[in-house]
Amino acid sequence: MKPIDPITSAVTKGASKQMEFVTVTVAGQLLGLPISRVHDVFVVSEMTTVPLAPGEIAGLLNLRGRVVTAVSLRRRLGLGDSGATERRMAVGLENHGEAYGLLVDEVGEVLKLDPDEMQPNPVHMDRGWVGLSQGVHQLQDKLLIVLDVDAVLAFETEREAA
Amino acid sequence: MDDLLLEFLTETNEHLETVDVEMVRFEQDPNNEAILSNIFRLVHTIKGTCGFLGLPRLEALAHAAETLMGKFRDGMPVTTPAVSLILVTLDRIKEILGELERQGAEPEGSDNDLIEQLERMASQEPSVIEAAPQPESPQTSGQLVYQVLERELRPGEVSLDELERAFQEAPGPEKASTSGSLTYQVLERPLKPGEVSLDELERAFREAPGPAPIVIEKPAAPPAKAEATPPQAAKKNAETSDSSEGGEGIAGKVQTIRVNVDTLEHLMTMVSELVLTRNQLLEIARRSSEDHGYKVPLQRLSQVTAELQDGVMKTRMQPIGNAWQKLPRVVRDLSNELSKKIELVMQGADTELDRQVLEVIKDPLTHMVRNSADHGIEGPAERKAAGKPEKGTIRLNAYHEGGSITIEIADDGKGLNFAAIRKKAVERGIAGDAEVERMSDAQVAKFIFHPGFSTAAKVTSVSGRGVGMDVVKTNIELIGGTVDIRSEQGRGTTFTIKIPLTLAIVAALIVASKDQRFAIPQVAVSELVRVSPSSEHSIERINGTPILRLRDRLLPIVPLSKVMGLSGDEDANHGFVVVTQVAHQRFGILVDGVFHTEEIVVKPMSSKLRHIQLFSGNTILGDGAVVLIIDPNGLARMVGSGADTNEFQTDAGLEQTVASVEELTSLLVFRGGGESLKAVPLSLVTRLEEIDASTIEWSSGRPVVQYRGRLMPLVSCDEELAIKRQGMQSLLVFSDGEVSMGLAVAEIVDIVEDKLDVELLAERSDLVGSAVVRGRTTEIVNIAHYLPMVLETWSRKDRRNGPDRSLLLVDSSTFFRDMLVPVLKASGYRVQTASTAQEAVRLLSNGLQVDVVVTDLELTGHSGFALVASLRADPHHSATPVIGMTVKPDPQQIALARKLRISEIVSKIDRRGLLSALAELNASLEEAA
Repeated sequence: MKPIDPITSAVTKGASKQMEFVTVTVAGQLLGLPISRVHDVFVVSEMTTVPLAPGEIAGLLNLRGRVVTAVSLRRRLGLGDSGATERRMAVGLENHGEAYGLLVDEVGEVLKLDPDEMQPNPVHMDRGWVGLSQGVHQLQDKLLIVLDVDAVLAFETEREAA
Repeated sequence: MDDLLLEFLTETNEHLETVDVEMVRFEQDPNNEAILSNIFRLVHTIKGTCGFLGLPRLEALAHAAETLMGKFRDGMPVTTPAVSLILVTLDRIKEILGELERQGAEPEGSDNDLIEQLERMASQEPSVIEAAPQPESPQTSGQLVYQVLERELRPGEVSLDELERAFQEAPGPEKASTSGSLTYQVLERPLKPGEVSLDELERAFREAPGPAPIVIEKPAAPPAKAEATPPQAAKKNAETSDSSEGGEGIAGKVQTIRVNVDTLEHLMTMVSELVLTRNQLLEIARRSSEDHGYKVPLQRLSQVTAELQDGVMKTRMQPIGNAWQKLPRVVRDLSNELSKKIELVMQGADTELDRQVLEVIKDPLTHMVRNSADHGIEGPAERKAAGKPEKGTIRLNAYHEGGSITIEIADDGKGLNFAAIRKKAVERGIAGDAEVERMSDAQVAKFIFHPGFSTAAKVTSVSGRGVGMDVVKTNIELIGGTVDIRSEQGRGTTFTIKIPLTLAIVAALIVASKDQRFAIPQVAVSELVRVSPSSEHSIERINGTPILRLRDRLLPIVPLSKVMGLSGDEDANHGFVVVTQVAHQRFGILVDGVFHTEEIVVKPMSSKLRHIQLFSGNTILGDGAVVLIIDPNGLARMVGSGADTNEFQTDAGLEQTVASVEELTSLLVFRGGGESLKAVPLSLVTRLEEIDASTIEWSSGRPVVQYRGRLMPLVSCDEELAIKRQGMQSLLVFSDGEVSMGLAVAEIVDIVEDKLDVELLAERSDLVGSAVVRGRTTEIVNIAHYLPMVLETWSRKDRRNGPDRSLLLVDSSTFFRDMLVPVLKASGYRVQTASTAQEAVRLLSNGLQVDVVVTDLELTGHSGFALVASLRADPHHSATPVIGMTVKPDPQQIALARKLRISEIVSKIDRRGLLSALAELNASLEEAA
């Protein structure tokens, strides 16, 4: 039985080429994270803000006894904060042995996409986003931006809280 | 990376470490067969493994080194250059291994340079040896090796040197097989006349015609049979001691297993989680009143967890010897480089401490040992001249004490040069000339911890760059430790480091600032003070900087919320001040609330947040909240840079020696009208205030302000200075019980401690005179001038004592008389004054009747005691109560006072004490009446 892929209409030639992505939404934009980098998805309840921290860092979270650094994807993309304060969702990532939680507006489903179908960043893409995006996928009715997880988590910490 | 390769790297690195240490030992004890065998075996193993794994460079190096070592085993002389060459080779091997670890393959390059040298050394060619740090001539001033006899020469015996010479001169077979150990031994005594050093012997030997035998034969040859027995016996002694030593020499194998560090870390983390969860459960159990039968098992669980915690902590413990391992080599290399003789003694190497802590102190220890070798220990000639043994000793000593580990680094060198340090401190502007003169040697010693401080005349490659000691101190203090230094000129210097045994779990005080909780490590907290505007402890401002007066000491206050950018509220005066001491700075952290102390598991900050100096880590509290841990060091650093509060950040010790009551007075310096500076003794000032001028009410042209529920009149300190009607008005508040007066000033400048030396007396009554305060001419204000102005108009004091009481005040100081008179008057006395004992006596004998005599005990001319004595002798006044005033009461005075029936002795500047003493007297007088 062929796996039914609701998004890509093309029959997959060699299922091994497909990669799975966890989709998230930030300010209406759909983004995808390679599933291999995603450890878990959770709801954020209590968060401790860190004074003097860089703007992208929303705070610290306690996830099953582990201290997780919460990074706001909104801020990372240069967008303002959403008004919502309850039920924030976060995607758990790991980088260089440290735990991070990427704060997003919503978490969607897992999609299987063919990496060959990935297209380069459109020319009009916001410059701040270009560095964080590996490319885009043309889905049925919208564009999915493939996030480069390492790039997202590699922001400068040298500048003191300006 | 390949598992096999990883295993190889770990093992080989360990072997190299061992060979390193053993080489140094071997050099000092070349007779020791056991050490040599051990080294040889290890190098051989390394070579074998390298060959097996296909690592040609390493294999070649190891092989060449092994060949040379083999020659040693065959009896070749062990010279310093040879040992150095091998050590250099080991270093090269380590380098290659490092690259191998990083790249996964041997780096490109050729080691022919070293290999050639090694081969040459092995074949004993007399060519110049190029081992880097060694001088050319074999007659180094470093370590000449002689022969050692384990006992005194018996009559008829000759020294081994003489034997060698005899042997060499005699014709004989070239190559006798030699067996066993080497001929180079250490002579414990200086050369006797006629003896030559073995090196000279060597040279002569090589220059002698004939085929050069590879080795010097053991003098077992027949011509020297009789003489052979002593050296043989000596050798035997050496051998037996060797074998017994050998047993110790090779590390005794303790039952151990190798565990990956990551596994241990994981275990530690899990146990920490367990501890936290246990805390949570305990918290819940505390709060709930019902017992469903789980409380007892919970207790047991708690106990087990605590033991598990202890046990796992132990796995993180390593003996401090691990940090000391490299030091013998370092000292050896330094001795050669500096041409000094230095011995390193290590005691307590098996004292254990946490791995993390070990990492932190490794470098500081090395640095201090290098310092001792470079600056502390003198050269052999200098030492001899000073009557010390030529060999200097650096001693390391480690032991447990309480919850911490103490490490001492002591040397018997020349000690700190206090004069040079003083000079340097003045040069660097760290302290003034006068200050350094006043400081004790112990305090001066602390200057070496100052950044950039180095008294080394020139910078050597070893030390002298002046970046060391302050970094050492900072690193140690970062982990909650302390460094101290004791030194005696000519005798030596000792550093003492105290560090907590472990960093993982720490007691912390939970505080809140603007609704967010933080943790402050308990070790940093000296005390807690509650502050509020109406309480005794209230935050005042000087130059805009918040200050708390705590028991006559000034504490700079750091509002935590402000530092964190959480609030812009400048005038916070509510909450708690956490008094903390960082290095030698005492300051207070202002927080909004204080909760409790808790044992927390310190978790390191995320790499993205590590740069924030304010926080040293984070933790999860019993209720699951993530809380940041404040680093008082970091806080001090953040605030210290730029803040101009250096006046108050004095060394506690400095404060004490400098502020002796007799000499110095605390003066509050302020500006009146114009540019002139004025000052008033701080002890007279009740409070410093800054009020909104719009709250000042003007009643019949006189300014008044509501102050603490009462009306306080205001007076300007200078006729040129008008009291503001708008904006902020700075005030000095003087109160006397219920009556207060506000002295309006233009600007509060500073608080200084200085000698109050009034040089010019003023003609005006509002000034006592002029004095030089901190180099500036300052007018000393006479408060007494102002009080009556205020009191007469506004006095609310009802004369509780019906009849007027009269009082005679005797004091040589006009200043103090003028200060006390209004005070006494306000208390309801008619005051008569006298400036000398004679004047007082005259007044009294002329018929003056007083109810009380208040006299300074240290009058000019006749002392107060003399006055009282004459009073007591006079029948009119023998019963008159006397209150004595003095600067600093001492037992002698008190005894004398009692004899003369002086009712009480109070401090001169303690007005309240004086008044209460008077009040007591009143009470007793009334009773008597």
